[in-house]
Amino acid sequence: MMSDLEQFRAETRAWLEANCPPEMREPVRTEKDSVWGGRDQSAMTPAQKQWMDRMGERGWTVPDWPKEYGGGGLSAAETKVLREEMAALRCRNPLSSFGISMLGPALLKYGNEAQKKEHLPKIARGEIRWCQGYSEPNAGSDLASLATKAEDKGDHFLVNGQKVWTSYADNADWIFCLVRTDPTNKHNGISFVLFDMRTPGVSTKPILLISGYSPFCETFFDNVKVPKENLVGELNKGWDVAKYLLGHEREMISGMGLGGGGKNPLIEGARKTIGLDAEGRLADPLLRAQIALFEVRAKAFAAQSERFIDELKAGKAHPAQPSMMKYYGTELNKSRHELMMAAGGSDELEWESEASDGGREARAWLRTKANSIEGGTSEVQLNIIAKRILNLPGA
Amino acid sequence: MPLFLNDEQSMLRDTAKDFVGEKAPVSHMRKLRDDKDATGFSRDLWKQFAEMGFTGILVGEDHGGLGLGHVEAGVVLEEIGRNLSPSPFLSTAVAAVEALKGTGHAERWYPGILKGETVAALAIDEGAKHRSSVGLKAERAGNGFRLSGRKQFVTHGHVADLLIVAARTAGAADDEAGVTLFAVPQGAAKMSVTPERLADSSLAARIEFDGVEVDADAVIGEVDAGRDPLGRLLRAGRTGAAAEMLGVGAGAMDMTVNYLKERKQFGTLIGSFQALQHRAAHLYSEMEVARAAVLKAQQLLDAGDDSTGSGGADAAVSVAKAMTGMATMLSVQEGVQMHGGIGMTDEYDIGFYMKRQRVLAEMFGDANFHADRLAQLAGY
Ligand SMILES: Cc1cc2nc3c(=O)[nH]c(=O)nc-3n(C[C@H](O)[C@H](O)[C@H](O)COP(=O)(O)OP(=O)(O)OC[C@H]3O[C@@H](n4cnc5c(N)ncnc54)[C@H](O)[C@@H]3O)c2cc1C
Repeated sequence: MMSDLEQFRAETRAWLEANCPPEMREPVRTEKDSVWGGRDQSAMTPAQKQWMDRMGERGWTVPDWPKEYGGGGLSAAETKVLREEMAALRCRNPLSSFGISMLGPALLKYGNEAQKKEHLPKIARGEIRWCQGYSEPNAGSDLASLATKAEDKGDHFLVNGQKVWTSYADNADWIFCLVRTDPTNKHNGISFVLFDMRTPGVSTKPILLISGYSPFCETFFDNVKVPKENLVGELNKGWDVAKYLLGHEREMISGMGLGGGGKNPLIEGARKTIGLDAEGRLADPLLRAQIALFEVRAKAFAAQSERFIDELKAGKAHPAQPSMMKYYGTELNKSRHELMMAAGGSDELEWESEASDGGREARAWLRTKANSIEGGTSEVQLNIIAKRILNLPGA
Repeated sequence: MPLFLNDEQSMLRDTAKDFVGEKAPVSHMRKLRDDKDATGFSRDLWKQFAEMGFTGILVGEDHGGLGLGHVEAGVVLEEIGRNLSPSPFLSTAVAAVEALKGTGHAERWYPGILKGETVAALAIDEGAKHRSSVGLKAERAGNGFRLSGRKQFVTHGHVADLLIVAARTAGAADDEAGVTLFAVPQGAAKMSVTPERLADSSLAARIEFDGVEVDADAVIGEVDAGRDPLGRLLRAGRTGAAAEMLGVGAGAMDMTVNYLKERKQFGTLIGSFQALQHRAAHLYSEMEVARAAVLKAQQLLDAGDDSTGSGGADAAVSVAKAMTGMATMLSVQEGVQMHGGIGMTDEYDIGFYMKRQRVLAEMFGDANFHADRLAQLAGY
């Protein structure tokens, strides 16, 4: 007799085999290979759309959310089985988005029924793409000093101010945004609101990154009317929502430390440029040693990620543990790309050539430098670990 | 299976914590050291380990043991590590029990181990660094074998009732095949055992085999197929050493974090200095990652995974040993540094953690050995 879970595993594998298009089992190589959803789906390939829609229909883009909000309603154990089977078949993630990894969990905890019913299913099916309006020119690590103000105008708030580093603001449909509703109270004067990026008065201006891409923007609000029903949680209590969401953001960013399944591009790359000696070892012994010691950490961190998710689902994780995950995962990812650049040598320095796929690795390497800045810097994560996990004084 | 301790395992941890913390705290080790105890551990305590059922954790129920796994053995080892308790638990109840599993020797040696009477030692290493080669010769002689060569770093070798010896019955030292594992009882003729005290005050023997004669039935498993039981021994030993080391690292980290909350300089607690906070938080992160690596290896071994590829249990064991080696080394180094001058004194315990970590890090291969091994498994 198969246990229920074994039964579920067998069914899941069969369904994935039947439904995951072959193109969606190839490794993710560029940004274009990730699917973000949204109103405008014209940039998606047919296979991407098919895979997102099929998974979305079953609620498996967000397997552990309740069914009534578009999720799969799976238990922690079933969710783990689904992830394991997806990894075994090398299925790509059908949909990644700030809606899934950040806003969704916050709405599930702090949203009212109408907000959950309105927004969650659209996130699950990839219909609406969200961006995050937290940082401002003068509120970075010290986020709670934010100044974008929202005035109470009876049935709506009037929002004025500026956000910065807003990732994908120019491609996003809606924004979740921190605004100041009480200028006399730092932490208890912040509210968490949602609004459509097409609302009159919203404008974005892309910023060019050192990687040569412009994935983020300055975002301006000029007399933007936000309906009162779009306030999440209580007025002036937005900081609680913001912090809860940050925990989920950090969890997501920490996943970058994992590198992904399939062939290891670091080892493959080194083999190609450096070659193996007669004993089958990488011919550059010092780089080989660095890679080998890095791989120990990478594999150990993969175990830690599994442990962290298991603990989280069982309610056993320390609430500040995402800070540790974010810190370790992003520092690890930066090391990985430094080694990839070292392994690639001058081949990987080409910025535009066909051979370098338009400087793919060089740009990816530069992009990773933001990992330990976005979502709260490494130093801020260490402050949080020191204060909340180790209970060190006056941190 | 979720990657955390289940309820029974957590209960065992609480039991082990109380038991080891009460019977063999660091002061117990300090006293054995100050007394220059010739055994190096307390036989009385070993009996009590047996009474608690600990020595039977990895022994199957058909042999009267508890039939539990590496996770449970690791739970006990971590407490041994945290208290720096000298004990033959790792060599005997973990590595030897696994090596003998499923062989004719289980019948003979398990009862004594279950009673806390038998102590086993592992004669594997031949040079100062752990390697996979085996050079000690075992030649056929009469109805058995004659062993010649030398071993070192044989923890408890001077008092062991049973020595598990890796020997070469065919081929050359670096060959994979042609290794045979032998069970050699204490007091065999033409064997000279010299105990040496190590930096952590534990005792490990150098052993000379000058034509030591053993019967054919001393062979563990099959002749020339010793990599099999040796593989079990090493997987268990490495995972166990990693678990014990995790306890050492955690113990040192706890001491250090507590000290940061007590010691005042410049009119304030030193734990309020961000330079130290960040180092402590970084250390915490490394230790968490190491803990996950150890649990992963234990669970894979318990699930019966004996795959030797780069994604299987064997690789996970090397990840665990290497990662724990690195993380706990950081822990003891930061521990001494953040204690300032007092951390350098013999009277204070933190230095003991540094010494024990160094010994466990070296045992069954250090972080470099295992990183190299992983690279080989992954084909680079
Ligand atoms: C690629 C990328 C994408 C981003 N996407 C978004 C987004 O979508 N939405 C959004 O709202 N924001 C986004 N951000 C902004 C990001 O959250 C901020 O950049 C980050 O919080 C740091 O703030 P800051 O840039 O003002 O740096 P600062 O806070 O000025 O930090 C400068 C330096 O000082 C250090 N420092 C600051 N305070 C302390 C302290 N207390 N202790 C020790 N060191 C300290 C920092 O660690 C850093 O090294 C993104 C950033 C990047 C790089």
